[in-house]
Amino acid sequence: MTDTLSSGEHRATQSPLDTLAFDESAALLEVRDLHVEFHTRDGLAHAVNGVSFSLEAGETLGILGESGCGKSVTAQAIMGILDSPPARIAGGEVRYRGVDLLSLDEGVRRHVRANRIAMIFQDALSALNPVFTVGWQLGEPARKHSGASRGDAKRRAVELLDMVGIPAAKQRVNDFPHQFSGGMRQRVMIAMALALEPDVIIADEPTTALDVTVQAQVMDLLAGLQKEMQLGLVLITHDMGVVADVADKICVMYAGGAVEQADVYDIYEKPAHPYTKALLESIPRVDQKGQRLTAIKGLPPLLTDPPSGCSFNPRCHYARDHCAHDEPPLHDLPGGRKSACHYWEEVLGS
Amino acid sequence: MTETMSGQSAGALEEGEGVNRSLWGDVRYELARKPLFWVSLVLVLVILTMAFFPQLWASESPNARGACDLSNARGKPTWDHPFGYTASGCDMWASLVWGTGKSVILAILVTAGTTVLGVLLGTAAGYYAGTTDTIISRITDIFFGLPFILGALVFLALFPERNVYTLTLVFVVFGWTSLTRVMRGSVIATKQKDYIDAARALGASNMFIIRKHVIANSIAPVIVLATIALGTYISAEATLTFLGVGYQRPAASWGLLVAEGQTLALAGFWHLLVYPCAFIVITVLAFILLGDVLRDALDPRNR
Repeated sequence: MTDTLSSGEHRATQSPLDTLAFDESAALLEVRDLHVEFHTRDGLAHAVNGVSFSLEAGETLGILGESGCGKSVTAQAIMGILDSPPARIAGGEVRYRGVDLLSLDEGVRRHVRANRIAMIFQDALSALNPVFTVGWQLGEPARKHSGASRGDAKRRAVELLDMVGIPAAKQRVNDFPHQFSGGMRQRVMIAMALALEPDVIIADEPTTALDVTVQAQVMDLLAGLQKEMQLGLVLITHDMGVVADVADKICVMYAGGAVEQADVYDIYEKPAHPYTKALLESIPRVDQKGQRLTAIKGLPPLLTDPPSGCSFNPRCHYARDHCAHDEPPLHDLPGGRKSACHYWEEVLGS
Repeated sequence: MTETMSGQSAGALEEGEGVNRSLWGDVRYELARKPLFWVSLVLVLVILTMAFFPQLWASESPNARGACDLSNARGKPTWDHPFGYTASGCDMWASLVWGTGKSVILAILVTAGTTVLGVLLGTAAGYYAGTTDTIISRITDIFFGLPFILGALVFLALFPERNVYTLTLVFVVFGWTSLTRVMRGSVIATKQKDYIDAARALGASNMFIIRKHVIANSIAPVIVLATIALGTYISAEATLTFLGVGYQRPAASWGLLVAEGQTLALAGFWHLLVYPCAFIVITVLAFILLGDVLRDALDPRNR
């Protein structure tokens, strides 16, 4: 009896997902030249400007960047939960196993969410409904998508809580979100994302709202589950420490564009973009006690009024005159890396 | 034997439930320890039984043949009849009990009607925004501009016969606006919460999000307002009847009794006004109190 609730059977018989031609040999998740605009009072804001990346099963991609660089918007565009208006996807493709999700009808697309691609939100307290028990919220996707009974849904909820390491799951399943601590709540969030056994998980700043010790525990849990279930994980964060531990590759975003993409070891060893380099220099380190921390001068540009040429040029050490006119393309570097800097060789060599 | 058959996992789960609490278990626990809940519940139950089974509280209807004796008209309270007699010589207690139904059933029907309408329209306007919102909000504004008592007065004067249905219709037409507005505002606030995005990210449909997440999180102010409104509908009925456009004789209603008593109260027949007014006040208070405790108990955030 308990077999039915570990998904599978029910889903296969009734889901509109069957009408889609998923190509299992295609990349798990591929984003190509994604553009997202926001219509604001101050004009058109280009929140995401041609971001591309791909992700395979069992792989972790870290999307790194400061606030307002378009990380979360990218995540929401992949999920298809952007508030539009004001947001509008102006171009590009989001392919899951070869199927372009952006071209799908909302009715079909909502079955892709959760069943195939799920999301972990930053602030678990506000992302959990305060008036329902955690058990209800965990069990409901199973009831809706795979037609599980109330009892099965509840057992599934307990199973999920167990999986994310919540002690006394059988009792806690009847508790409300506010009765959990911050770290436990984030575990519940993770359990919720796993409810329908997706292949891709997008974690939008999953540990930002937590304190440092709990951050490490939650990241360990997430990384462990990812390895165990061979999930494709998109980890969005501004914390270079968080991505260093778990990511396989990294995409650095600045002002809505991807400025550098590389393997995690390469990027930490030798950044190929001045922005990445500056970010790495601004991490406080134990062996630099007593020295002043290097901060990146200036502020990120307004997305409604980006600087001409390279978007980073007003804050860049390496900038020359023509950087203010010529927008650098995303250069292909040796070793499969990419950098959107005219002087990547110089940055790499320094 | 059944225990062995049910298997270990089911048994273990039930054990877990026994230790812990469900939403409704919490609500019951929360309510049971509030004296205010018991007081208002008893009052509301008394009022409801009076409304639906008046014969339980006063054996004889004041409308029954021979029930009223004009020689008793305006009779002051005595030990046998502590409530005295009405202006037409009926027993005041019996008149009040038999009049409960007219007032309370009307208020319940109107509250139900306005709440359903307000929740539906307010949710549609708040959730879908854009054109839907504009249309619903402008219609609300138009009706909001019409004063309740004046509007009801004008409309009711047009009906040749005024009974519980016509009164309900007119009350609902003039009463749905405030609930719709409150619901709309509440839904807009709820819609922006992360858990709505989280539900969408889990593949929930719009209807599901509305039914479960949006309404559950935005209905609290509407429940409170509706219970308060229920009280005011009872007094509005009394007002309109007093003004001559509510219930018509020979129907017994609290408004009619107040209207009758008003002219005679200053002439020394105080009981003709005080008793009907006391019934109205207590009923209104009971419903408002019950609504208030229910709201507190139903909201898990208050615990």
